[in-house]
Amino acid sequence: MEADGIPTVSVHTHVFTRLVRSVARVNGLPTLRQAFVPQPVVGRSAGELRAYIEGDDAVEGGPFIKRLIDGLTDVLRQEDEAGMDFDRSTPRLLDPDTEDNLYQRFEENRWTDFLPIVLPTEARVEAMLKATSHAPDKVVGRLQPARFRELWEYTVEKVAVNAVMAGARPEYFPVILALAASCVTARSSSTTSQATIAMVNGPVRNEINMNSGIGAMGPYNHANATIGRAYGLLSQNLQGGSVPSESFMGSQGNVHSYSAVFAENEERSPWEPFHVQHGHKAEDSAVSLFMGGWYIQFGGGPRETWEEKFRRSLAACDPYSGPVLALDPLVARGFVDRGFDTKQKLIQWCVENSLLPAREYWDNQWVQTLLLPQAVAGIEPYASFLKAEPGTPLKMFRPEDISVVVVGGETGAMWKILSGTYLKTISVDEWR
Amino acid sequence: MSSLIRVHDPRGYPPKVSGKRLAPRLEALDGKILYLVDCLFDNSEVFMNQLRDWFEQHLPRVIVRTIKPHESWVDDPAMREIIVAEGDAAILGVGL
Repeated sequence: MEADGIPTVSVHTHVFTRLVRSVARVNGLPTLRQAFVPQPVVGRSAGELRAYIEGDDAVEGGPFIKRLIDGLTDVLRQEDEAGMDFDRSTPRLLDPDTEDNLYQRFEENRWTDFLPIVLPTEARVEAMLKATSHAPDKVVGRLQPARFRELWEYTVEKVAVNAVMAGARPEYFPVILALAASCVTARSSSTTSQATIAMVNGPVRNEINMNSGIGAMGPYNHANATIGRAYGLLSQNLQGGSVPSESFMGSQGNVHSYSAVFAENEERSPWEPFHVQHGHKAEDSAVSLFMGGWYIQFGGGPRETWEEKFRRSLAACDPYSGPVLALDPLVARGFVDRGFDTKQKLIQWCVENSLLPAREYWDNQWVQTLLLPQAVAGIEPYASFLKAEPGTPLKMFRPEDISVVVVGGETGAMWKILSGTYLKTISVDEWR
Repeated sequence: MSSLIRVHDPRGYPPKVSGKRLAPRLEALDGKILYLVDCLFDNSEVFMNQLRDWFEQHLPRVIVRTIKPHESWVDDPAMREIIVAEGDAAILGVGL
């Protein structure tokens, strides 16, 4: 709005000071007027918020309200009228240095996940690049840690650099390129500490010896582990960082952010593979992405009381984050025995049985922030949900919010319900 | 002495930053239309209502209007058009 001639002041809570100043700077407006109230605003009463307004600015000091008024009326200074031009181009290669110094430099610059990395020498990157037909300078995509940040661009070579750092082998590179081409970050800046979970389908799983059986979701396979790590490293480095208080604001962090890639156990699944459900052929290789990683429910079965257990587990899910039912093949076949001969039938049962009273549904912070505006705008089903009595049970999820995948090694009939809104499925074959 | 090695920079390519100037400031808020933009973050409506009440009680000659984008965290050009066409200044909050 400043560009349209409207003087503005933006109000933030004090914990976001570094972040919002950085955002203003990279948008060429380093002197953008900002004012700060204490954290939190969420959960504070009208009286408490009035006290914020009548108190001092939580960062700069002095009356908060004066800062607002001055920000709209004070005469501009020379630097306000100039903005700030700067070029932040990054080099292709770093200056030569010793191995020890380079390790230290990567860590100090927060280019790692603080686990040991493989230094991306020219020879290692070149070997990685041989695993794709695409040119090193081809642009793969653009990433940002949050919607309000600027987008950074990256090439096949830059993805290869991060794949090397993660310890990935060249044969994994098409999968890693597909993840990079998704333009979905695995290092979101969200205060919720969201993670991105990825699942691979199709022949590439066996070509690169991925694990879809015993321990598939744990640290028991080189490809699973390093592809997931590469996805995290490329996300943070190619989007311009993931630095706490500056470009990462996740309050608690997320263990899935170290590595969260596995393969679907298509061979032992009684159902259609996930990528086929999403428009690919069975002989295609593809990787699917799920946003969330917040909650995990667990159980065994399906046993006699599975419906009660599932109802309780689904009700405990966050209504803003769709569930991924990750079922061991034994569980999947147990559901087939109970008449669920397609994934869709099980999904429909979950839709009908994921219920939450309206009062609890609308008290959820993310439902308030993200779904309430849609309800007010008349978008269904949220508009009808808003009219419901507080005790009325609401369906937490639509069929498209729920995913069913088969993973595990049949050492036990175990299942997990993971937080993971399905985002997209990307072809791996296009990146070979 | 350790041998020197050469490695790639792992970072992507940032966009070039072009400086932008701030809008001219107002001489005073009296008689001007001030939009309070509720960014839809949880409880920001309560904050903005308190801010509106403060202006009405302490600076009643400022014409205060509250407005909301149609969706959280997404630019709303239609809302911005209204502010630019009808407003003189804006306060946005409470967001990140």
